[in-house]
Amino acid sequence: MQISFTLNGRSTTVDVEPATLVVELLREQLNLTGTHIGCDTSQCGACVVHLNGLPVKSCTLLAPALDGANLLTIEGLQGAPGSNRLHPMQEAFREHHGLQCGFCTPGMLMTAVALAAENPNLTEADVRHGLEGNICRCTGYQNIVVSVLAGAAAMNAAKGE
Amino acid sequence: MGNVIGIGAAPKRKEDQRFLTGRGNYVSDIKRPGMTAGVFVRSPHGHAVLRAIDKSAALAAPGVIAILTGDDVADDGLGSLPCGWGITDAKGVPMKEPPFPMLAQDKVRFVGDMVAFVVAETPEQADEAAELLKVDYEVLPSVVGVLEAVRLDAPQLFADVPNNICCDWELGDKAAVEAAFKKAAHVAKLSLVNNRLIGNPMEPRAAIAEYEPGTDRFTLWTTSQFPHVVRFLMGALVLNIPQHKLRVVAPDVGGGFGVKQFHYGEEAVITWAARRVRRPVKWVASRSEGFVSDRHGRDHVTEAELALDETGKFLAFRVKTLANMGGYLSTFGPNIPTNLYGPLLGGVYTTPAIYCNVKVVFTNTVPVDAYRGAGRPEATFVLERIVDVAASEMGIDRVEIRRRNMIPKEAYPYQTPVLVQYDSGDPMGCLDGALVAADVKNFGIRKAASASKGKFRGLGYSTYVEACGLAPSRFAGRLGARGGLYESATVRVHPTGQVTVMIGTHNHGQGHETTFAQIVSEKLGVAFENVDIVFGDTDRVQFGMGTYGSRSLVVGGAALSKATDKVIAKGKKIAAHLLEAAEVDIQFESGKFSVAGTDRGKTFEEIAGAAYVPHDYPLEVLEPGLEEQAYYDPVNFTYPGGCHIAEVEVDPETGTVTLLNYTAVDDVGTVINPMIVEGQLHGGIVQGVGQALFENAVYDEGSGQLLSGSLMDYCMPRADHLPMMKVATHSTLCTHTPMGVKGCGEVGTIGSPAAIINAVVDALSHLGVTHVDMPATPNRIWRLLQNASLPVAAE
Repeated sequence: MQISFTLNGRSTTVDVEPATLVVELLREQLNLTGTHIGCDTSQCGACVVHLNGLPVKSCTLLAPALDGANLLTIEGLQGAPGSNRLHPMQEAFREHHGLQCGFCTPGMLMTAVALAAENPNLTEADVRHGLEGNICRCTGYQNIVVSVLAGAAAMNAAKGE
Repeated sequence: MGNVIGIGAAPKRKEDQRFLTGRGNYVSDIKRPGMTAGVFVRSPHGHAVLRAIDKSAALAAPGVIAILTGDDVADDGLGSLPCGWGITDAKGVPMKEPPFPMLAQDKVRFVGDMVAFVVAETPEQADEAAELLKVDYEVLPSVVGVLEAVRLDAPQLFADVPNNICCDWELGDKAAVEAAFKKAAHVAKLSLVNNRLIGNPMEPRAAIAEYEPGTDRFTLWTTSQFPHVVRFLMGALVLNIPQHKLRVVAPDVGGGFGVKQFHYGEEAVITWAARRVRRPVKWVASRSEGFVSDRHGRDHVTEAELALDETGKFLAFRVKTLANMGGYLSTFGPNIPTNLYGPLLGGVYTTPAIYCNVKVVFTNTVPVDAYRGAGRPEATFVLERIVDVAASEMGIDRVEIRRRNMIPKEAYPYQTPVLVQYDSGDPMGCLDGALVAADVKNFGIRKAASASKGKFRGLGYSTYVEACGLAPSRFAGRLGARGGLYESATVRVHPTGQVTVMIGTHNHGQGHETTFAQIVSEKLGVAFENVDIVFGDTDRVQFGMGTYGSRSLVVGGAALSKATDKVIAKGKKIAAHLLEAAEVDIQFESGKFSVAGTDRGKTFEEIAGAAYVPHDYPLEVLEPGLEEQAYYDPVNFTYPGGCHIAEVEVDPETGTVTLLNYTAVDDVGTVINPMIVEGQLHGGIVQGVGQALFENAVYDEGSGQLLSGSLMDYCMPRADHLPMMKVATHSTLCTHTPMGVKGCGEVGTIGSPAAIINAVVDALSHLGVTHVDMPATPNRIWRLLQNASLPVAAE
């Protein structure tokens, strides 16, 4: 079947098998391999993308659900529109060593951006609770939490400008 | 021009840009023209005779290209998966080493053992065909626990391995230990289990293989921590592919922790299949598949006894362990619970006599091998737990008993009674630092505050040492290593002065692209941004043993340091020629070669350029070019250590243990990049927290089914399980590595389980609790509390 949606700001039309998962569509058909698959039970969060502005695990979403929707993946996450600059959350992860092997990082970033967008007054406890669906095996989460708090503050500051 | 960023600085990581923007290059991201999809058919039984495989229905399924089984392996005369270590028992008898076929022949020995490989046009078609494969099993009883496996009536995995014992290994002076126990004022005894773990790097294993008939060359892309070792083991010992015809690439790898430092049968099957089907073959493990095929870790059952005099001085330590090997010997398998365990039983103490006996046992479980820490967390757990038991029984404060037995800083180098000689250390300094950082003096106030809420607060210590920087080849060879454990680095200076380093270690999260660039930047005086690190490709990197055992900086960094020294030495020859001075008069400092006592000199860039434009070169004594290579084989292990203090709160209503505070003061030697070291400590500690509080691989005795076979059953630490940890370093310099480094990748995982369980026991000690097995789950603690000597939560 044919579906049309907005992918990272561009209108996209693709032919998909109805049983295709969004993560498979992204990785196999559209060659957007930044969205990762770390499990088969929707536990790890490596595949988180934004569907109409909300974080979803793309391993549990069928491609037909994208028809007419707005999808943002890690490849579309960036700073000021049109520039090549990193998003404030990406900058914060770099600044605070919020990543090691990088495999969980795209999902972490997408979850973190959504958390910060939803709650302008994030606390450490909020961040830890909000990341409960994203597993990282490398960092012990400490620098991820620090990064998310810093990234959220930077997002707030950018909004205020 | 950029800046020199050297040793001790904390630049942001070079590797981050690609990972932050979703542009990493992991094996599962790679596509090759004409690529096919492979799926493994795995045994659903823990133990069974493989009677027959009927391929006919599966072969007829749409899209199927080939189906390979153990019979095909035998027909092609391929080898067994090799074990890299051959240990011997006390009498010098070699371990039992049954073959480990890459696809099962005659028998399957664990759930997940590979039975067949299906190659099809798409993964879906391969999956559907795999469902149609008819495998006729005669199911046998399984044995999964070590205590059960050594019983006389236990199911036997191999006809020629009586009682499933692979090796009855020992270390130390048994008679001296027995004599010391006879004169002991007190003997502390402890039985414990070191729980079985599954490493679960976030990237599942994957591989792609391709065969080029025109050149007879193979390329294997694999999620490996050591591509050169895979090339050797698989090419030379399994598939009979000449080394120069086989390229192994391990690109970005999403975490390893040991799980990816073995040569796996999947790699061999896929490479072999690629030649048979004459098309690239790709396999990506699902997480469920990883649970039953990634090598597991730990799994010990131990009896320990510590003999003390009346003042609490340790006189002797005796440890008997049954260690689970699983169904076959994996690459490092038998080395882990023996050579990486027994020699660490001295810890940071002056215990004069130690004896250790380890029975290495086969069971119907996934093969067990190294997982972050590998042997040293098990040793640390036994020792640091029994020290607490002894202190409690003798009425000596837990910190005081440690102080009374610690090796003083002045006593280094210190020869232990169990092979290893520690070159440097300051355990007392780490302990003192941690006591302050953890605010131990106000613990009583915090404990009272918890008590007022009906909760039990406990404090736990772990003062530990480990052996890493694997490894001095001569020493390892005596212990049974079948290969060397050196490392190599090439420093290629381009005509423009930029530098490319080719190194045999593998970066899968440790930040090598940054740390190694700092070493080169500092030593050669070139800008940090002008140094790139290449790894993970046998066609680009000369040779290497890979990354494990906290060896990359210790051994690889040393090779890199040596190679840069050679570059400087050659640069001096070139400078001497250009400046018409004697070579001995040339100095190199801050990126400049100069004639001593003059203002005449050449920059590093000028020398690099001249190296490749050899006009007027004295060619008989000086070759063109500026590229040097070094191999480094360490003279000893390195011995990082430290003190970890955990503070927990137990809720008696639910049995939940909450980790409230965690403090680590570690001696990791010279710190190249403190940001990266802290990150390694955080991650390592949390893997130890996982072992202590959450993680447990559970098998069903009899059927051999893995009951904790998904991330919904096997509890990994999550962000909301953890407090902000305090980590710091208190370093003494390693005396034998070029930069004084000791390694930091595993210390967190080694020190932490004992600290946490000691804290849990402390919290419950008023109830008569003397030991808690890992993981200290709510269920386990709640049951313990129901049987405890005091009523709790009475309502």
